[in-house]
Amino acid sequence: MTKTAVHSNDATEETATRSQWWDVWDQFKTHRGAMVGLIIFVSILLFVVVGPWVWTIDPTHIDIRARNQGPSLAHPFGTDQLGRDIFARMMAGGQVSMAVGMTAMALSLFLGTLIGVLAGYFKWLDGPLMRLTDLFLALPLLPLLLVIILLFRERLSSVFGPEGGIFILMVFAIGITSWMQAARIVRGDVLALKEREFVLAAHSIGTAPRKMILRHILPNVMSPIMVSATLGIANAIITESALSFLGLGFPPDFPTWGRLLFDGVDFLQQYPERVLFPGIAISLTVLSVNYIGDGLRDALDPRIRGR
Amino acid sequence: MLTFTLRRLLLAIPTLIFISLVIFLLLELAPGDPMAQVPLTVPPEVKAQMREALGLGQPIHIRFVKWLYQFYVVEPLYLADALFGTSWSEGLPRIISWQWRSSVLDVVAQRIPQTLWVVGLSYVIGAMIAVPIGVISAYRQYSIFDQIGTFISMVGFSVPTFFTGVLLIVIFSVNLGWFPSIYDTTLVVNDWPSFVKQLKQMVMPVFVLALYNAAQISRFMRASMLDNLNQDYVRTARAKGLGERAVVLVHVLRNSMIPVVTVIALGVPTVFSGAIITEQVFKVNGLGQLLITAIQANDLPTVQTLTVIFAILIILFNLIADILYGILDPRIRYD
Repeated sequence: MTKTAVHSNDATEETATRSQWWDVWDQFKTHRGAMVGLIIFVSILLFVVVGPWVWTIDPTHIDIRARNQGPSLAHPFGTDQLGRDIFARMMAGGQVSMAVGMTAMALSLFLGTLIGVLAGYFKWLDGPLMRLTDLFLALPLLPLLLVIILLFRERLSSVFGPEGGIFILMVFAIGITSWMQAARIVRGDVLALKEREFVLAAHSIGTAPRKMILRHILPNVMSPIMVSATLGIANAIITESALSFLGLGFPPDFPTWGRLLFDGVDFLQQYPERVLFPGIAISLTVLSVNYIGDGLRDALDPRIRGR
Repeated sequence: MLTFTLRRLLLAIPTLIFISLVIFLLLELAPGDPMAQVPLTVPPEVKAQMREALGLGQPIHIRFVKWLYQFYVVEPLYLADALFGTSWSEGLPRIISWQWRSSVLDVVAQRIPQTLWVVGLSYVIGAMIAVPIGVISAYRQYSIFDQIGTFISMVGFSVPTFFTGVLLIVIFSVNLGWFPSIYDTTLVVNDWPSFVKQLKQMVMPVFVLALYNAAQISRFMRASMLDNLNQDYVRTARAKGLGERAVVLVHVLRNSMIPVVTVIALGVPTVFSGAIITEQVFKVNGLGQLLITAIQANDLPTVQTLTVIFAILIILFNLIADILYGILDPRIRYD
């Protein structure tokens, strides 16, 4: 009896430096699709962020004499109808698409977590906040996004400049229309956590609600938040490119993947590759992010982990 | 069950009014001025008269109530008149589009058939493909069929519809020349060749939307089947000697369909807004395209009416999903 106790004590000491995130990572590594997705996503991220340091052609540089060229050593993806280098434009467009995706995801997660935790933790806020969530879920989102962009584009452009204005508008619009799923999931988890003994223990030693949420509740709802984060990036990138594709996104001389695809449609018959490059980039990014989300969900589920 | 339905129906009314208000205020607070396109040479008093003619003279709350009255009272009366030949609506003001100076709902009625044909058909086809795929992938979990099915459904909802649509146009219209890339809505189907033509032009938009829907529904179907396959009642059914076919197709499938049916019902309105993009790609002049052109023309009454119609669809199908859930699953009867 004592022996086993000592033994188990040793074991905990040995694994003390090993946090649960290492277990998650070990489980994540066994999901082949998620690993491939992670590698592809990191490569796209590197292409987009580090690429412009290596490939120094200005994406907005117009060289009208070199227009509509096919792929060559000087221009690996060719040039567009104004002689701009498509390879450089893909990098610049990717930067914007990724930036919009990540910032909008961060905003929607912040809103979703805030509302979810508040509704789950404070009983008197639960009713009103959940009615608000239901209301947002009943709004027709894509039509509403189109309307918001149309109506507020010019005013914001005059304040923050054409690119900054539309960036803020885009992030704000996508973020404010996509927080509902995260809020519902977080609320459900918080409601379950509130009944657990450790919360009762913390409560009985007089922990204030703010401390309780930050120290005990939030760390325990991290896993659904992380899964929603990956899905949120995918959703935001698709929404941004859909809006750009409908002609209601970024201004024409400001490349994003959706905008490049939209511009490429006009030259579909002669140069189909101009549609393919941005389309494949969007699809690969979203596909890899979705696979990462799938792997994360499995890895964060303690019932599956260690099997 | 009936009380539940009635209560939900009653609750839908304030929700609808509130959503109408949100959309109305959003359009109202927007900085765009409908008179911005009018030349500066037009004298201010004429401009004031033009504003009056567009119905912009009165304060916000009166216009909102007027709009509510027009949308929820007058337009249904017009519909009743058109259907039953009554004359309740004579002389009542309808919602007038700024773009065409005619009734918004008339234009909507012209556009609905195209949208319903393309969107409705693709949704039905998508659901019909998705259910068998979900059943087989769950029954043979981790088999090759399951792996491929999972990959295809992952691709299906990762690749945006505007890219699949354009890709299909590149392959089948530009390179192979099998299908037209533009949907011709003036086509009248009255004989075999025109029917074939109609089929040909519907293939690509329907395929794009069906793939997208099938991808999502098959994931739900698979998950729901997997949940049920490990239940005790399945073992009981096998133990009493039922054939494998009966176990899977009668016992498990029927129970797994409960959440899937509600998912299918909930997905209908999102398909309408997803169709906005597909209609734009294939130039189908349905509701989605109407919304885009109205937005570009700054035609606020049309934008508002269409957005509220989309909201009504969402609320309606939420209600249908809830009621279906109660009917299909006797454990969940809302009393």
